[in-house]
Amino acid sequence: MNETFTLIPGRTTDQGCGVSEGKFNDRYQNAINALQVAPSDMTRLGLSEGDRVRLTGEEGQTVEVCITAAKKEELPEGLLFIAYGNISSQMMTGDTHGSGMPTSKGMEVTMELVQKASAHANVEGTAS
Amino acid sequence: MTSASTQVNAPTPSVPGELKVIQDATCTFCGCVCDDIELTVKDNHITEAKRACVLGKAWFLNHSVEDRPSCLIEGKPATLSEGYDRAAQILTSGKYPIIYGLSDSPCEAQRVAVSIADWISGTIDTTTSVCHGPSGMAFQGVGEVTCSLGEVANRGDMIIFWGSNPAESHPRHFTKYSLMPKGMFLPNGRKDRTCVIVDVRRTKSAKAADIFIQIKPKRDFEALWTLRALAKGIELDPELVHRETGVEFSVWTDLMERMKACKFGVIFFGMGLTMTRGKHANSEALLALTRDMNAFTRFVAKPNRGHGNVTGADNVVSWRTGYPFGVNHSRGYPRFNPGEYTTSDTLANGEADCAMMIACDPMANFSQPAREHLSTIPLIALDTKETPTTRAATVAFTVATYGINTGGTVYRMDDVPIPLRPAFPSPHPSDYDVLTAIEERVKRILGVTG
Repeated sequence: MNETFTLIPGRTTDQGCGVSEGKFNDRYQNAINALQVAPSDMTRLGLSEGDRVRLTGEEGQTVEVCITAAKKEELPEGLLFIAYGNISSQMMTGDTHGSGMPTSKGMEVTMELVQKASAHANVEGTAS
Repeated sequence: MTSASTQVNAPTPSVPGELKVIQDATCTFCGCVCDDIELTVKDNHITEAKRACVLGKAWFLNHSVEDRPSCLIEGKPATLSEGYDRAAQILTSGKYPIIYGLSDSPCEAQRVAVSIADWISGTIDTTTSVCHGPSGMAFQGVGEVTCSLGEVANRGDMIIFWGSNPAESHPRHFTKYSLMPKGMFLPNGRKDRTCVIVDVRRTKSAKAADIFIQIKPKRDFEALWTLRALAKGIELDPELVHRETGVEFSVWTDLMERMKACKFGVIFFGMGLTMTRGKHANSEALLALTRDMNAFTRFVAKPNRGHGNVTGADNVVSWRTGYPFGVNHSRGYPRFNPGEYTTSDTLANGEADCAMMIACDPMANFSQPAREHLSTIPLIALDTKETPTTRAATVAFTVATYGINTGGTVYRMDDVPIPLRPAFPSPHPSDYDVLTAIEERVKRILGVTG
């Protein structure tokens, strides 16, 4: 599995509330570290809730993140969504195309599976 | 219980155990700047925020007095005076100093920040440059047909949201300004309005729409020019329009008929336009469409602004320098050039050699190349809470929270200035206090008198 998707970072209620609660607290960290994938894409690619994937951007920048199923119909196939934060910033390149604004939405990325959720749950279980 | 005056400028300390109520407090979390909040304060902590939305409640209830030093130098507690000295020394030593942020500071503090940038021949930029900066460029290109949110509430019978998700970014937008209010010319409120939402995904806001139009990602420009062509009566190839926008041609013709037939149309647009490929060209297309529609009926456009006083930052920087953001003073007079003097660029290009970040968090929100460079240069940070940027700072000031601990003026997203009514005092200085003290020291180092 190594398909091209369009990544749309954006605001969410949990991310917004998390800013006020504190950026090192769980609510903010959970909000910005969950990549939403369309349920139909997850089914087609054999992905499950909590699987760890690697995103690679147009300039080769990469990030690893756990996925979660988007709510029904919120995302069309081929789109990924993540709340603004460290992960989405890592996927932004420095070029602003003369505007001052880096391309922060609509980024072309490839997504590949790194580890199944069941596998890293087992590893964590073993470690503990 | 004591009842506080609604004209509070400086908050009075709470009497231990007693409740204090602040009427008509102003929420500064988002650009709606709701000024009808009733706060209950006990022991210097807000216990209730009536009428606030979910984001506003989180804002008010989580900003109590931070148990941190007011100043840290290289991670170690220091006196404020030591912090001011070090900050002034950093800013006056740089060859390319930058000052950035300001969207969560009152106008009074923003004004001082611009002065410092002028004294040090530095660059002043605000979070507008990574928000609606491209729209600011578009305003200069095609103009802005605009109005206040009060006019929207009283007159707007066709409300279009394009690339904006107010249900999550501005939760009271619908109820206070754009959809639900019963207005002077809209006695039945929501029933008298048509709501259209255009987006690449079915956001939580889509539930509020009478018509939801889901376009292809990165095709806002094509969709807006389709509408411009339809407004002018230009013949288009339906199949081509469908292929380019991802939407049936008949949907666009139906929308244009409705837009022409309404009495007062409003397009609220968000960062779905400005952050996507095309950027200022997307905003220009939307503003030009709005202008075109005034040949048929009244139509206005408003950017949905994010932070509480980002609109104030645009106003203050404009009336101090002539330009809204990304302003460079290195030649002794202000120059404006997005893409060159904007902070994403000065950092990612490795040009800035010192920085002061005010009420913003570039170490969390900027591109990786920009963050990597920022981590290598002397950095001053002012924030109410600990953030990745304050952690990386050479000098970090913990400041009081505007609107909760300090007064001042903020601008709502429609450029209406609104006073703040703080709830309780903070032991930390305000950002105005910190910036004023730094400015005094900068002037002293530079030998400026008066």
